[in-house]
Amino acid sequence: MNLDTLLLTVISTSLVYSAPLIFTALGGTFSERSGIVNVGLEGIMVMGAFGSVVFNLKMGDTFGALTPWLGLLVGGAIGVLFSCIHAVATINWRTDHIISGTVLNLMAPALAVYLTKLIFDGRGQTDILQHPLATVTIPGLSAIPFIGHIFFTNTSLLAYLGIGVAILSWWVLKYTKFGLRLRSVGEHPEAADSLGISVYKYRYIGVLLSGFLGGIGGAVMAQSITLNFSATTIVGQGFMSLAALVFGKWHPIGAMGAAIFFGFAQSLAIIGKYVPVIASVPDVWFTIAPYLITIIVVVLFIGRSKAPAADGTTFIKSH
Amino acid sequence: MAEPAIKVTGLTKRFGDFVANDHLDLTINFGEVHALLGENGAGKTTMMNMLSGILIPTSGTIEVRGKAAHLQSAKDATALGIGMVHQHFMLVENFSVIDNIILGAEPTKGGKIDRTKAKKDIMALSEKYRLRIEPDAKIEDISVGMQQRVEILKVLYRQADILIFDEPTAVLTPQEIDELLDIMRQLASEGKAVVLISHKLAELRQVADVITIIRRGKKIDTVPASTSTAELADKMVGRHVNFARERVPMPEGAPVLEVKDLVVEDKDKVAHVRDLSLMLRGGEILGLAGIDGNGQSEFVKAITGLLPVTAGQILIGGKDLTHATPREVTEASVGHIPEDRQRFGLVMPMDLVENMSLQTYYKPPLSHHGVMDTKVMVQTTEQLLDDYDVRHANLQQKAGDLSGGNQQKLIIARELSRDPQLVIAMNPTRGLDVGAIEFIHAQLLKARAAGHAVLLISFELDEVRQLSDRIAVIHNGHIVGESATSDLTEQQIGLMMTGETLEHAKEATHEN
Amino acid sequence: MRIKNTWISGLGIPLTSIFLGLLVGAIIMLLSGFDPISNYVNMFTGALGSANAIGEVLRSATPLMLTALGFAVANYAGFFNIGLAGQALVGWLASVAFANAFPGLPSILIIPGALIVAALAGAFWSGLAGYFRAYFGANEVITTIMLNYIALYATNAIVKAYMTVGDGDYSKMIPKAARLRTPFLEQLTQNSTFHYGIILSVLAVFFIAWLLKKTTLGFEIRAVGMSEDASRYAGMSPKRTIMASMLISGALCGLGGAMEGLGNFQNIIVNTALPSIGFDGMSVALLAAGSPIGILFAALLFGTLSIGGLNISIAATTPPEITSIVVASIIFFVGANYIIRYWFAKLRKPAKPTASTPVPPAATDTKEVHS
Repeated sequence: MNLDTLLLTVISTSLVYSAPLIFTALGGTFSERSGIVNVGLEGIMVMGAFGSVVFNLKMGDTFGALTPWLGLLVGGAIGVLFSCIHAVATINWRTDHIISGTVLNLMAPALAVYLTKLIFDGRGQTDILQHPLATVTIPGLSAIPFIGHIFFTNTSLLAYLGIGVAILSWWVLKYTKFGLRLRSVGEHPEAADSLGISVYKYRYIGVLLSGFLGGIGGAVMAQSITLNFSATTIVGQGFMSLAALVFGKWHPIGAMGAAIFFGFAQSLAIIGKYVPVIASVPDVWFTIAPYLITIIVVVLFIGRSKAPAADGTTFIKSH
Repeated sequence: MAEPAIKVTGLTKRFGDFVANDHLDLTINFGEVHALLGENGAGKTTMMNMLSGILIPTSGTIEVRGKAAHLQSAKDATALGIGMVHQHFMLVENFSVIDNIILGAEPTKGGKIDRTKAKKDIMALSEKYRLRIEPDAKIEDISVGMQQRVEILKVLYRQADILIFDEPTAVLTPQEIDELLDIMRQLASEGKAVVLISHKLAELRQVADVITIIRRGKKIDTVPASTSTAELADKMVGRHVNFARERVPMPEGAPVLEVKDLVVEDKDKVAHVRDLSLMLRGGEILGLAGIDGNGQSEFVKAITGLLPVTAGQILIGGKDLTHATPREVTEASVGHIPEDRQRFGLVMPMDLVENMSLQTYYKPPLSHHGVMDTKVMVQTTEQLLDDYDVRHANLQQKAGDLSGGNQQKLIIARELSRDPQLVIAMNPTRGLDVGAIEFIHAQLLKARAAGHAVLLISFELDEVRQLSDRIAVIHNGHIVGESATSDLTEQQIGLMMTGETLEHAKEATHEN
Repeated sequence: MRIKNTWISGLGIPLTSIFLGLLVGAIIMLLSGFDPISNYVNMFTGALGSANAIGEVLRSATPLMLTALGFAVANYAGFFNIGLAGQALVGWLASVAFANAFPGLPSILIIPGALIVAALAGAFWSGLAGYFRAYFGANEVITTIMLNYIALYATNAIVKAYMTVGDGDYSKMIPKAARLRTPFLEQLTQNSTFHYGIILSVLAVFFIAWLLKKTTLGFEIRAVGMSEDASRYAGMSPKRTIMASMLISGALCGLGGAMEGLGNFQNIIVNTALPSIGFDGMSVALLAAGSPIGILFAALLFGTLSIGGLNISIAATTPPEITSIVVASIIFFVGANYIIRYWFAKLRKPAKPTASTPVPPAATDTKEVHS
């Protein structure tokens, strides 16, 4: 394998594996910037993956090539519904954010597999998708010498879409009224309340956005990587997204960058087989590499990075 | 020229069984500064929170400009021109000054916040009222005084003409207080209504037109500002109050605390305490005066082992404790009444027995070989709660369920009952009522009379002057001057709090 | 981050949560066309209807008590240990490896030896996360989850490489002397997998209850968990205390894994997923609000649900995942105990519109209370 092909493989697999993490980490960013810790991203991804796969399998004949893209929206919608549990629990019912998020993580695989068995005659694992999100070669850009070949041939359009959403998220948080208010309820809800800003409203929006983007993240994972749904479709990607957003210092661009890094870590297992020097390393090292790298990053780089001041607190409006 | 801005009738607020405001009647006029005087917990803030829409009254009516108002949220109050400068600043620490001022009332252009226009408008207001600010700085990087100016601009930016100031002077130097009172007068002379909530008699008399006194949720009286300080104090507390503190003469004791060239840096290498030197003898109270955020916190934490010392030396009773752990400091006979009783002094969800045992649980007689003797713990706690008059329902009560005054009494009981040679007390009476303040002051004077050394760090200049034999003033982590209490005027201390040396402060005040 | 102790104020919250959790399960079954009543009846008869079933329930509760205690001890120190499963797994591996390494030893040596090795392995695995948190401030929710996956793939690789028999996906059985299941117990419970490990679990319940309540270490663990600042002020070392609680936590989980290795399976298999005793143990601890005695009962309940749950899909076509849905719902309501209290208060005094937890007077004057 020559350098050119090697780089192409590394970059395109990294991007494919990054895409789910980028969306999910951005979702988490909105939730946490509004003050609601969301460790339930993993569960949200499971539900999004499940929703998109069911839609893809059942409606594939109707929508043809459009199916996986609509599947993303279905996954996002299911994620929104599922994240309502977290929103009600943490915002209205004063549940500890970690416990509520953990409930999402406990509930999602059980519920999704239960429903899978109902829908697919008792089987806990679906068939392989007929309409997956394929890698694409971007016309025009791929014609750029060298770089075009490496970055824009057989690549994940979704990763680029994710990067676009990250930039948009950054702009919204920084420059719009909505963004300023969302951040204010995550930093100092009492101050926001004293200025007539509805803390509850903005926290709901934050959590539901995490449901939407996390659901999309799960849908991307299922429709572009695992290509079916089972209990093992999402194995820690939600937590990696969480790590990415912390590593990215709760900043959309930072979260995106960290997600790409973790995507690279996940792609190691595939790339490893092609690189002569490390091909002889036992498989298990590649399997655990993303988890190990996440720990190393969390320990060395993000131990003390600063969360929004009111992240994880319950706001109680007095009357 | 006086026209009613706000008229409240029979205003009542209950929290469960607790009546915070009990049928209050009050009229606030345009063009006047109306002071609301009452002790901590008397219900002043509750009332103002109802006027600013944060709390909803249980019963009673509020009229604004002659029209009945039903305030359901802060938005409603803003729409009626009511604005409140909160006691605990309602500022987002990592937002810029501009963003804090416009939050909730952002000017936009094409979907984007128009920060250029905002800045222009804000700077115009800033100049008009001489409220100096740095518009692009973050709140966490500006002084407390400037933060307060930001709070005032927030209200003015919303074009409020009824302004409520809740205990605005608590964190200011005497000079800053004078400036603030001038601004209030200016606002009133423009025809705005100004409400000032405070328990500081002198400043109320200086600025107000009328004073309304509130006690335990009830209105006691509305009196002209010319009423004597003594009469106001008696009405506020409901009995005769003696603000003088008796200090028995004590012989000069041996040095107990010696701090030499102390430097404390945080992990970003920013020095909060620089070359600070102090000496404190047995039988005296040394008051450390200064504005919040000038290194007091870090200084106390360094002495008590809670922060690492970068350079310098700390001797307690002649023993080098520069790099000691908190427990080693405690064992060297030091009692520490921390600045934030709820965060440091108590484990709020733990019961009274556990909190009373917090400093001694690990050694006999409370425990043997790692196993605690519950019986002894209970007996000791009962005795101390009794001795220090901590009002409580039962021993299983959580510390967090005690009132502020009783929480502080519990801490004092725990720290002073060990008979420590050095007592370190930081803001020991913050937020307490006059009864609790008297009790705590008496305990500190008792420790002094027993020959112990007391280091009193307080943002309340009156408290420092009442209790201390000597006063040292801290500014920017450094002691700018130190002298016997009787040698210093309030003005001189005030100047030193802004960084002037003792000599300059004395010269400056003599010239006046 | 902390579980509030609701058992002290009575059984109201947990019992209501269990009821509501079963109700959610019933609604889901109804919506998907199953008969909840017959399913629940099947579940309870499946769990309690025979000596064999009861034996299975007790066996299933045995490791749960240990992992739940592990979660609780860490949680008292303010540490949300989601790594129970991984810690149990390394304990499981260690116990089997030890037993198979010393096949000649008598029971009196091989069983304690295997238990100690399992506890040490679990403690090492949790100690990593404790160390990362105490000395680097690394968020334990992330590190313990990642350590779970590493434990899963690493133990599988070790089992495959060094311990499997032939082409199988499991190790050889441990020697008889190391087994906690005995012919006597099998006879007693109609050949169930019930084993002597339950003695260890019950002893652990009382030991941890004593440790937390009566020892200075327990006092420090609780104080650090409730207020790191105040405990530092009081001369405790939060770092050392967090480490101590995490080591105890992991040791308990390691023992929980040993219950699978020496008792339930008597060997180790290549696992497709993390062992369920991890997340179930966390659920048990949350339901018990951290009370060790509460854990004893909550573990029995979870044993009942999981063993009975198997019977649901045998007797009907309802997928067995319904029990996990019920469990997650129960934990949801335990977490949302504020709203349950609020509803109770409304039921008691329907006239009064105020919340059940009135704002304490001290807090009314300044600002909103937050927790």
